[in-house]
Amino acid sequence: MSTSAIDLSLPYKKRVDDALHNQQLKVALDRATGRMAGQRVAAMGAVDAPRLRAQVRQMKEHVLRTWPELLEQLETQVTANGGHVHWAKEAADLQRIVVEIARKANVQKVVKAKSMATEEVHLNQALQRAGLKVVETDLGEYIIQLAGEPPSHIVAPVIHRRVEDIAAIFQRELDMPPTLDPQVICGVARGVLRKEFLSAEMGISGCNFAIAETGTCCIVTNEGNGRMTSTLPRVYVVVMGLEKLVPTVEDAFLQYQALCRSSTGQQCSVYLSMTSGPRKPGDVDGPEEFHLVLLDNGRLDMLAKGYGEALCCIRCGACLNVCPVYREIGGHAYGSTYSGPIGAVISPNIHLEVTDVDKLPYASSLCGACRDACPVQIDLPRMLLELRRDVVEAEGATLFDRAAMQGFSKMMQSRSSYESAGKLGSLASNVLARLSGGNLTFLPGPLSPWTASRDLPPLARHSFREQWQQRRAARKQIV
Amino acid sequence: MADKRTYSSPPRRVALFVTCMVDMIYPEVGVATVELLERHGVEVVFPLEQTCCGQPAFNAGFWDEARPLARRFVDIFEPLLRTKQIDAVVAPSGSCTAMTSHFYRQLLAEEPGYPERAALLAAATFELTEFLVDVLGVEGVDAQFTGRLTYHGCCHLLRELGIDRQPRALLQQVDGAEWVALNGAEECCGFGGLFAVKNSGISTAMGNRKVQNLVRSDADVVALCDVSCMTHINGLLSRQGERCRAVHIAQVLANQVDVRPRTLPEPPAQPLEKPRRWQDTT
Ligand code: SF4
Repeated sequence: MSTSAIDLSLPYKKRVDDALHNQQLKVALDRATGRMAGQRVAAMGAVDAPRLRAQVRQMKEHVLRTWPELLEQLETQVTANGGHVHWAKEAADLQRIVVEIARKANVQKVVKAKSMATEEVHLNQALQRAGLKVVETDLGEYIIQLAGEPPSHIVAPVIHRRVEDIAAIFQRELDMPPTLDPQVICGVARGVLRKEFLSAEMGISGCNFAIAETGTCCIVTNEGNGRMTSTLPRVYVVVMGLEKLVPTVEDAFLQYQALCRSSTGQQCSVYLSMTSGPRKPGDVDGPEEFHLVLLDNGRLDMLAKGYGEALCCIRCGACLNVCPVYREIGGHAYGSTYSGPIGAVISPNIHLEVTDVDKLPYASSLCGACRDACPVQIDLPRMLLELRRDVVEAEGATLFDRAAMQGFSKMMQSRSSYESAGKLGSLASNVLARLSGGNLTFLPGPLSPWTASRDLPPLARHSFREQWQQRRAARKQIV
Repeated sequence: MADKRTYSSPPRRVALFVTCMVDMIYPEVGVATVELLERHGVEVVFPLEQTCCGQPAFNAGFWDEARPLARRFVDIFEPLLRTKQIDAVVAPSGSCTAMTSHFYRQLLAEEPGYPERAALLAAATFELTEFLVDVLGVEGVDAQFTGRLTYHGCCHLLRELGIDRQPRALLQQVDGAEWVALNGAEECCGFGGLFAVKNSGISTAMGNRKVQNLVRSDADVVALCDVSCMTHINGLLSRQGERCRAVHIAQVLANQVDVRPRTLPEPPAQPLEKPRRWQDTT
């Protein structure tokens, strides 16, 4: 088992090949995606799923239509509650803002609950560079922090590891005695993390949704680490992507319901922590200082570029779990913080540094399973198609592909050239097929990847149109 | 799905959109399609100008290359409909039907005059099993099959067109077939057009899952509605020496396929010479 840090900056092809050849990854993905997909089907099946999906969709579309107003309302409410609101245009802005907050409050140690937005902007690294100690407290995130790996799933960050791998990491990093008992492993993590919670001055979390009308930031967790992150340290910072917004408390529970059922297949999560600002006089707990940092990082442009639909995403991960491509290669092969179908749509749009990002829209067979699973009915295949168009328009295709497609289009625009190409193809492919016993088993050049694992039949000796014309001729003779 | 045209009286004459793959590689599927349509009292015309609907280029992002093919397709079929020379267009493919009746909307959105014509065409373009069941109301099919049969739902058919009940209903009518269940019948086989070549590793891994499920199902034949997925599944099955084969549903329904139980050969007239073992040699 290799536990060295995974290098996301490798070329796309290398990342995919590595993933396809990783047997442990295959086992881990099979176990987890199958289970999560099954639980989602059951949990969504227990309610009026079409209605719930339609309602969530409507609500998220409303959010996008009234985005600026809602953001302003959120800022006003949070401020009125005694919190501070910061706006981060780019990753560097967010890093600067959070480091600043930590400096001012004399922070040495930070505990973090799960947040993809902070992963997106590499906040941990920035904090560490500023001399702070950062401890991830979500169990999955904690494991990959120990292993020095990035998350590979937006909900289950350590999905790429089997319990055997996790035990090995704990034995190595925390001197855990050998065991495969998940309870024992969790107990070890709990023991370590409890001390960190009690000694940290600052907590940072993401935000599953923020309620504009009340200025409340909500985090949905199952481990209780979110609650401790938001209440124990003196300072609490929420990092939120601009789109994670709902207008009202009712809308929050609508999204909550869709999120829990679609991500983990639960009716509701174990914890839902709602923070509406710092501790008020008379409150028994809560942070003394509360900050909300809103992150753009390309999200506003996304709406302008016509990919606004992807901003309706509630990050449930259902599309990853049902994606047959994700199931084969896992998250790291995408080379981005966001993987799976939604990752392939978001990554080229927001400001992320992803090697071979142009390849991501093509990492899909366009089977549509993601759209069927998505609780917000996001038409991911449509956007993947449009992103492919964008790649070609931006001269991202190879010269060979371009020439091939132009040739193909030319040929298909004329009946006679189509028919002669067919005749020629039939002759050539039948000669080749005869050599290899009926099927084509080896093709040269660009088609060789096909025959590397698959046979191909030759073209028919007599096309359908030939047979059709013969039949017509025969009928005429009879008459 | 896009609103389909309804017919007060059964359609009498349809144009066959045979698709380029069936035309050039699997003419027998086209023949079976014609046979099925004619068997149910529908006259078939075949516009010889038709070539490819442009899907390969469209899916690869080459929309400028796909667009002339889309326009051409509309120019060939739409006038036949408009002038009532035909009542519908029928294709033995979920994928190509989805392309012409679904994705043309996206592709031709800004071509003057075309969106309306494409919409008219889309409403009267049907995938074969959809046409047989939903439009013609076919209940019984006169087909026999001796062997174990199962069904794979191709992605575009299932998730773009929402067609699943129709092919399954038709297959249930096939006499003598032993129906076996296929795990993950609605999962992608990994074809995905150029995806199969450009991402051949992932595509093959996906296809291998399909192969494993097919082998476990112990089916002799898996019927499906798209020759593209059929090519992919058969390519893997054949390479791996598996007995099971994917067959287009039209061929099953038109009785082109049969897996008769292999009867034992006649016993040899002379008793076989006693097999010799190496130990026996002196
Ligand atoms: S795109 Fe849909 S299914 Fe995928 S993570 Fe977002 S909300 Fe969930």
